[in-house]
Parts: sequence; structure tokens; C-alpha cells
Amino acid sequence: MDAQTLYDGILAGNRRAVARGLTWIDEGGVRGKDLAHRLFAHAGKARVIGITGAPGVGKSTLVNALAINLRRRQNTVGILAVDPSSPFSGGAILGDRIRMQESVDDQGVYMRSLASRGHVGGLSRAAFGAITLLDAAGFGTILVETVGAGQAEVEIMRYAQTVMVVLAPGLGDDIQAIKAGILEIGNVFIVNKSDREGADMTVRSLRGLLSLTPESGEWSPPIIKTEADRSVGIDRVVDSIEQHQSYLRQHNLLNDLRYRQAENVLEQSLDDVRKEVEMLSRRESLWKDTVEEILRGKDPSLYARKLFANWLNATPRGE
Amino acid sequence: MIRVLVAKPGLDGHDRGAKVIARALRDAGMEVIYTGLHQTPDQIVEAALSEDVDVLAISILSGAHPTLVPRITALLHENGANDILVLLGGIIPDEDVSLMFDAGVHQVFGPGTDTKDIVDYIKEHVKER
Repeated sequence: MDAQTLYDGILAGNRRAVARGLTWIDEGGVRGKDLAHRLFAHAGKARVIGITGAPGVGKSTLVNALAINLRRRQNTVGILAVDPSSPFSGGAILGDRIRMQESVDDQGVYMRSLASRGHVGGLSRAAFGAITLLDAAGFGTILVETVGAGQAEVEIMRYAQTVMVVLAPGLGDDIQAIKAGILEIGNVFIVNKSDREGADMTVRSLRGLLSLTPESGEWSPPIIKTEADRSVGIDRVVDSIEQHQSYLRQHNLLNDLRYRQAENVLEQSLDDVRKEVEMLSRRESLWKDTVEEILRGKDPSLYARKLFANWLNATPRGE
Repeated sequence: MIRVLVAKPGLDGHDRGAKVIARALRDAGMEVIYTGLHQTPDQIVEAALSEDVDVLAISILSGAHPTLVPRITALLHENGANDILVLLGGIIPDEDVSLMFDAGVHQVFGPGTDTKDIVDYIKEHVKER
């Protein structure tokens, strides 16, 4: 598939084009980046919901239940689920689909497994491009499931409008473990597996900790008990997503997020420019000569500018 | 990055072999999507297309391969997914192997296969795209 066919197919919502486009974006090369940057102008319509929490709390099962509920409410649903890559081989076993079988049997749901590929932060490097693609393809709601997250995996808040933090009772001192990090990014808190002993205790300590975090505007995050495998409490979760979304709209916060995302696209492009400058310079003797000059005590930032100027001359790009 | 769907179609309830393969492929640096037991041919093909895999590795120990495998390959063909490498493992009697090749399976790996041979086969035959 060539880039234009792919682009047109994605905008038309063609599933094969969506799948192949995600492969391009996931591989992290130039063609994927170009695609994601072109699609950005068509994105910004979807509701992007993040689902994060420690391993084993039931994130995938919850996503499955949410997708079914959202379908009942006439939403089309795109799902991105990130699992960790092996730090040794770079490979991964992606098993989130096992628990999402019921929802992915529906043609109104598209689900894709992503490997983190060494990226820290709970997502994959391609996550934002992948969200942009599903958004541009017309999915009304996009559910993004992070890797099993602890304290530092807060990247989801950069891309999702509504972040749900999932906990489960009986996982030891779980609240203690997350209080510093992801507790502060949650817009909705879910205590899943709430038929288990200790659920009320988890809700109480969560409420206690939330009362200590600084107030962020007028939204106070609800705490909802669920049993995702039996769809108990799911209606309330989807209601609270909708309430949070209308809160964001009323306070004009969706525009802020979109602005930050555009900033993010710009940052990524700048990073790419830097890499291209280096690659081009390394291909030429310019790189070696420059290193020699710096060894002789010349100003490195002056020579960085020279490398940039050389790149600028070598790559005339259409306006 | 090579992406592989490891699939267990039909009523066969044994996935130890499939899991061994999944781990071996991961350890060889591949991304392996495992969808669990009791998958229908439609579910398997839908997963293969959505996940845009390079390889579909089917494991069947129940003897149902003469019905299940041609159904899967026909669905792949219908959807224009002829670039997916289709591998079959499990208990496939010798006299059925040519039938499986006719159905569009690229290679059959029986019990006792060294996982390294499967890794090598995939690396050699997967198509650039």
C-alpha cells in the first residue's frame, strides 16, 4: 500500500488501512511519522480515555466491559493496549486480546496490541501517533490501556482527556505504592474486583489520600466500585467519563489539551530534525572535521549551527 | 519488528505447545499476540488483520485441522491478506501435510521440532512491507 492510498483509506475508516497505518507508525520510521503528522489535522474529535493501574488489577477486563457498554451507547470504539517488551530480546508477548474477545467480535470495535519497545512512561513511543490515527479514522471513543503501571508511568495524562486509575483490593499495600505518582493524575478512580474482601477498606484509604492531594479545579474524582468480569458498576464508570468530558468542555480544557498535543507534535518534529542533521553530517566528512575542531577547542554550539545550516541547504522541503 | 499471531482454533483445550512457541518467538525478538483458547476461524482472521501480523502460527492437536485450516486460509484470501506467512503446528498426520500445503499453509512443524528451526524459518520467509 502506498502512502496516499493508506492515508485516504484511514480517513475513510477502512480497517485494513487503519491496521497497516498503525504498523507504519509503530515501526517508528520516516513514513510512519509523516503519516501521523498528516493525520493530525484530521484528529481532535475523539474522546481519548486512559486506563492505568498496577499489573493484575483487571485493566483489560475493564476495557472489554467499557467497550461493550460504549457500543450500546452508539459509540464506535478504538482500543490500544500496551504491554511491556522484554528488555533482553526486545520481543514481547501481547495478551490483552484474550480478555477482550467479547468486545472485539463487534465490527464497531477495533483493537490493537502495542509493545512498549523499551519506552518508559507506561506507553509506547508510537502511542500518540496511534491515537491520532484512530481519531482521524473516525473512532468516537479511544480507550488506551497502559502497561501495568506504578508510580512513574504518568505519560498517559499528556494524551488522554480522561484518565482512569484502576485498583483492586488485596494486592498488598497497593495504595501506598501508587500514591506519589498515578494517584495524582486520575480523573476517575476504580476499585475493581470489589466483591473481594477489603474493597471498602481500599475505597476508604483512597478517599483519605485523595483528600490530601491538591484540588484541581472544580472536578473531584469519583471512586467507583466495579466487578468488570460481570459488568457490575460499568454503567456508572461510563456515566462518569461523560460527566468528566462535559466538565472539560464547559471549562474549555479540551482546547488546552489539543494545544499541548500540537506542541508535542512540534517537539517530536524538532527531535526528528536533530536526528536528520546528525545522520546527514555523519554521512559526510563534515562530522569528523567538526569533532576535530572541537578537539582543538572550538565552540561546539557554533559548529552545531554549521551542521544545521548544511542540513538546511541539503534538504529543500516543500512549503 | 516481526509480529506473530499464535492461534488456537476450535475445541482443542491444550495450549502448552502454543505457549512454548510464543515464548521462543518472543525470546527471538518477535512480538507475539496470543488470543487464548477456543477461537473461531473468523476471530483468528479478524485478529490477524487488526494486528497486521506478518505470521499466523496455528496450533491444533485435536485432529480438526482438515476443516479448520482451509476455513482460515480461505478467509485470509477473501480479505486479500496473501502476504501473511501461515504456519501450522501440533499433531498433523503425515498423510494430511500435503492437504495443508494445498490449503495455503506455508510450513508444518510437528512434535519435537526445535524452536530454533521455527525462528529461522520465519526470519527467512517473512516478507518486507
